[in-house]
Amino acid sequence: MLSYINTEDILLANEVWTFAEQTDGHLDSLSYELLGRGRALADKLDTELASVILGNNIDRDGIKELFERGADKVYLVERPELKSYLNDIYSNVLIHLVEKYEPQIFLAGASTTGRSVMPYIAAKIVTGLTADCTEFDIEEETGNLLQTRPAIGGNIMATIKTPDHRPQMATVRPKSTPVPPRDESRTGEIIEVDVPDSLLKGREKKVGFRPLDTDDGNIQEADKIVAGGRGLKKSDNFRLINDLAHRIGGAAGATRDAVDRGWAEYPQQIGLSGKTVVPKLYMGFGISGAIQHLAGMKTSDVIVAVNNDKQAQIFQVADFGIVGDIFEIIPEIMCELDKRNL
Amino acid sequence: MKIIVPIKQVPETGNVKMDEKTGTMIRDGVESIINPLDLYAIECALQLKEGHGGAIEVLSMGPPKAEKAIREALSMGCDEGTLLSDRKFAGADTWSTAYVLAESIKTMGDFDVIVAGVRATDGDTGQVGPEIAALLDIPLATFVSKIISIDDTSITVERLVETGYETLEIPLPCLMTVVKEIANPRLPTLRGKQAARQKEVPVKGKDDLNVEESSLGLKGSPTRVVKIAKPKVTRNGIFIDAKKVGVKKAVEDLVDFLQEKDAL
Repeated sequence: MLSYINTEDILLANEVWTFAEQTDGHLDSLSYELLGRGRALADKLDTELASVILGNNIDRDGIKELFERGADKVYLVERPELKSYLNDIYSNVLIHLVEKYEPQIFLAGASTTGRSVMPYIAAKIVTGLTADCTEFDIEEETGNLLQTRPAIGGNIMATIKTPDHRPQMATVRPKSTPVPPRDESRTGEIIEVDVPDSLLKGREKKVGFRPLDTDDGNIQEADKIVAGGRGLKKSDNFRLINDLAHRIGGAAGATRDAVDRGWAEYPQQIGLSGKTVVPKLYMGFGISGAIQHLAGMKTSDVIVAVNNDKQAQIFQVADFGIVGDIFEIIPEIMCELDKRNL
Repeated sequence: MKIIVPIKQVPETGNVKMDEKTGTMIRDGVESIINPLDLYAIECALQLKEGHGGAIEVLSMGPPKAEKAIREALSMGCDEGTLLSDRKFAGADTWSTAYVLAESIKTMGDFDVIVAGVRATDGDTGQVGPEIAALLDIPLATFVSKIISIDDTSITVERLVETGYETLEIPLPCLMTVVKEIANPRLPTLRGKQAARQKEVPVKGKDDLNVEESSLGLKGSPTRVVKIAKPKVTRNGIFIDAKKVGVKKAVEDLVDFLQEKDAL
């Protein structure tokens, strides 16, 4: 059942792959972020970096940008059926590609698609998959991929490897890697892969789509987040969070408490049972900082916290903390921003 | 309608204390609970049963004490529960865990839908649900936030993705992982607890399942933990007491800081 591979047979020359996601033919930011991770590994292993694209009518400028940002090759499967992610079809095609070209490493973003299709194919291929990795390295003696990730609500960092199975698969949190710089002299090879029609038949049917109710729903894309917790005390007060968030051109986020009380929508929830965010700026007001919430935001670039309780755990992860009354402080911040024309 | 809900017992990670030296969790005095996100799967299953009739079977792979989690699911209203427990299962990664669960489900006869939580709060991977679907070769719908309709042959669901809600129609049998929006988990009732106490929770080991020993436990897992370390969580930040310096000064310093960091 398990397809053990003799370690001597594992060819270190095989490629490092990243899964490039697209929307309506345009490559998502994640596709470029992954190149940062992939390039470092490919260089260490002295092998090539390839991006895999499934879709229809893929923007060729986006592919050019993949090469300029570090990819050596792009495996492209373009068919109308692949326009957007459907699990059966995407799994069939990805498994076909993996079996045909035998990459040694396959990275994807921990997007909703990545978190669905990667375990599905890892189980079918029978190989190891590590979720939500924040760091990678190559083990000196063996060339194995070392994958580091948080576990137990962020209380530990575990380093994991897949010694005897290939490819070594991993997902990477969106927005946790800077997009590599562009080098316009870099070019690469596009390999257009023909796949049998039988692979493009799937059991799921997409019958509709509606965008998120609130502008703040896609907080993972936001550069700046202002989040509120139980300290806001009631629904009406959450307007302070929304106002400040929009004032600084960011999105409004919330803790589980605030969402459970109906002050914000579930897509705005930050934490273990909500979303993980890594904005440039996170400001948390009236949030105590329960471990489950911290797990969702503590790798933000700049963290500001305001709370009445100086023992609040959130201060442990804050770059700037104010102990004080949020109902006085938030309006004062708005004033100060106006005063300085920011 | 036959609904299967795989659940996991996890340590209560809210107030976890870490052993500085080993970087591992101090398990003494840490309570074991049903994975909180599984409660949403159980509630979803209960509502399906209430709407369409049928029965819910829960399944868990874990040490003997995981029986407590199964009984809790029973006391919420699930009908039957089985514990998969064997020394040989210990140390399994997500693949090996999904393998054992899938093999067990294969012995449970025909079913309509498997409902699973989106992730367990200890491992945090979210992989076992999709892996079970793959091993059973059934269609998968993840991050399901609403069930729109279900009949004998198919289910229509909304899944929550980054930009909105996608409506998918998939044939049964299938596996869904569900997010919090799906339902509000009910509390077990006194009657439910009494009924649960009366039920037998069979324990199945490797010999009760058609499993290959080479796929079990630590040795049967494609992934291996190399090391565990304490995360670098804390930052040495600037700390201001607005009660001492006044709100105005505190905010001025804050905005200075934000400008300095180019954060705005």
